[in-house]
Amino acid sequence: MSFSVGVGETLALVGESGAGKSLTAMALMRLHKTQFMDVVADRIDLQGRDIARMNDREIRQIRGSKIAMIFQDPLTALNPVLTVERQLVESILLHNDLSRAGARQRALELLDMVRIPAAKSRLGEYSHRLSGGMRQRVMIAMALAGNPQLILADEPTTALDVTISAQILDLLRELQTNLGVGMLFITHDLHAVRTVAQRVAVMYSGRIVETGDVDTVFTAPRHPYTEGLLAARPHGSFVDGGHRLREIPGTVPTPSDRPAGCAFAPRCGHKTTECEETLPPLELWGKAGFACFHPLEGVPA
Amino acid sequence: MDRQFWTYLGRRAVQSLIIIAIVIVGSFLLLHLVPGDMVDVLGGQRGDMDAELMAALREKYGLDRPVIVQLLEYVGNVLRGDLGYSYRNSNEVLNLVLQRLPVTILLVVCSVITAVFFGTMAGVFAARHSHRLADVVISMVVLVFYATPIFLTGLGLMIVFSVKLKLLPVGGLMTAGFSGSWLELIADVATHLILPVVSLSLFYIAIYCRLARASMLQVLEQDYIRTAYAKGLSTYNVIIGHALRNALLPVVTMVGLQIAELFGGALLTETIFSLPGVGRLAYDAVFERDYPLILGVLIVCAFIIILVNLIIDILYTLLDPRVEISR
Repeated sequence: MSFSVGVGETLALVGESGAGKSLTAMALMRLHKTQFMDVVADRIDLQGRDIARMNDREIRQIRGSKIAMIFQDPLTALNPVLTVERQLVESILLHNDLSRAGARQRALELLDMVRIPAAKSRLGEYSHRLSGGMRQRVMIAMALAGNPQLILADEPTTALDVTISAQILDLLRELQTNLGVGMLFITHDLHAVRTVAQRVAVMYSGRIVETGDVDTVFTAPRHPYTEGLLAARPHGSFVDGGHRLREIPGTVPTPSDRPAGCAFAPRCGHKTTECEETLPPLELWGKAGFACFHPLEGVPA
Repeated sequence: MDRQFWTYLGRRAVQSLIIIAIVIVGSFLLLHLVPGDMVDVLGGQRGDMDAELMAALREKYGLDRPVIVQLLEYVGNVLRGDLGYSYRNSNEVLNLVLQRLPVTILLVVCSVITAVFFGTMAGVFAARHSHRLADVVISMVVLVFYATPIFLTGLGLMIVFSVKLKLLPVGGLMTAGFSGSWLELIADVATHLILPVVSLSLFYIAIYCRLARASMLQVLEQDYIRTAYAKGLSTYNVIIGHALRNALLPVVTMVGLQIAELFGGALLTETIFSLPGVGRLAYDAVFERDYPLILGVLIVCAFIIILVNLIIDILYTLLDPRVEISR
């Protein structure tokens, strides 16, 4: 797979569970479990430096300072026995040339930046005493501590309720505009994609099947899978009648029994023998494209 | 330390008193269930006592009265801080126990520290290299420690290091007739304690090593460890700064549970290395049927164990902020 994120741009990576979204993010920081898998990448380029060929020390210097990560569940992603201050100051000291007092000051600024009220009193708290939204704000503050150029947000709102999730999305969008950082936003919430991202890449079974501007892809999808995802969104009101949602039959194949041809073929209504035998390549026109032999006409979904 | 803490402490103190009361009554009754008393032992040893003299002795020491009366009198005495009089040693029980207690406490504290420190280190190291050679070797060595009884370890170490190599003293707390400065005294006691501490702690090193390894492996799978790596921390800093404290929690719990067992182990160790501790005192008291002394040792030990558990519970709240002291 291949994709790029520009300065100040948000690329959303969407797809079903098991499509390999989180794995992609982990591999970018080389945080995947090396005993189980290997990242085979021609190039992971960060401002002209190739992450795929870095040694452990070099990759450690990238982590947190160039690329930072926000995780799905802020409760388990924060260390339960260390205070917010310890965890924040640690990140700040690691990537900035600051004194301990300076780092504390910076921690306060970061907490203010992510809109945590009464930041001073929160510094001494432990994660279990904070609310879910507050915890995720702390995670975001921690991610910003090293002034990264790229933020990997791995389903940052999945563990939160709808109101808080909307607040976090607003915060992310705002921070990203103000700070000019690039963001890879992983989610399966298509609504969230619309809120924060300019571009989107749809993943299916470890491959990008369609990519392009959020507006274009969402209004005129070309890949049958994208179309299926969009159609499966709940729309309309639950109150007036309520109709059954469309679904994509079947599930994502596991990496071990991926078919020879298009991985989506077994679930696709447009499949032919060609689809089952050959893998459709991702054809790109500029930054948009899709990987399908029988693309849809591009009619609004 | 706020008010909640003191309320907690007060509640725990009341609980502890109840437990000690149960220990006193239970031990007293248990000892009186055993046929034969101090006078029987005296008679057996002297061989020239007639029934009349024995009855007179029983009356003198109040051993002819109903058990319940003796119990109430004993409890009353304990409440006044009087643990009774040991006729065999011609001394107050409390004095005897307090004289011997520092040695036992020194032995137990040194062994706990050794066991926790080396056990955790070995466990963390094994977890870091899980399923590789270092892990397998550590697990095997530790299994041997675990399976060897304390007396065997003690005797083996003694034969090798004291008798054959003549590196360390065979037993005792210090060189007989020692004279020298404070520092020399500490050094002398320390050399005498090496073998007892090693033999007592090896078994516990094994337990804490296995516990620390398992708990470390579990902690290393947690999301916050991934977060720590994502920050750009080195493996060393992730383990020391983020994983160790979480992995230590079960070890600390275990220490609290095993303190009582350690006192039992100390008895054996003190006997092997002829250390003048409470364990030896209790051991001798049992053979001489010195009931007041046995009871006194039991009560003091129960008191210490309860105290240590309270300290560990408080320590736990400091280690793990999620455990909060509450009413």
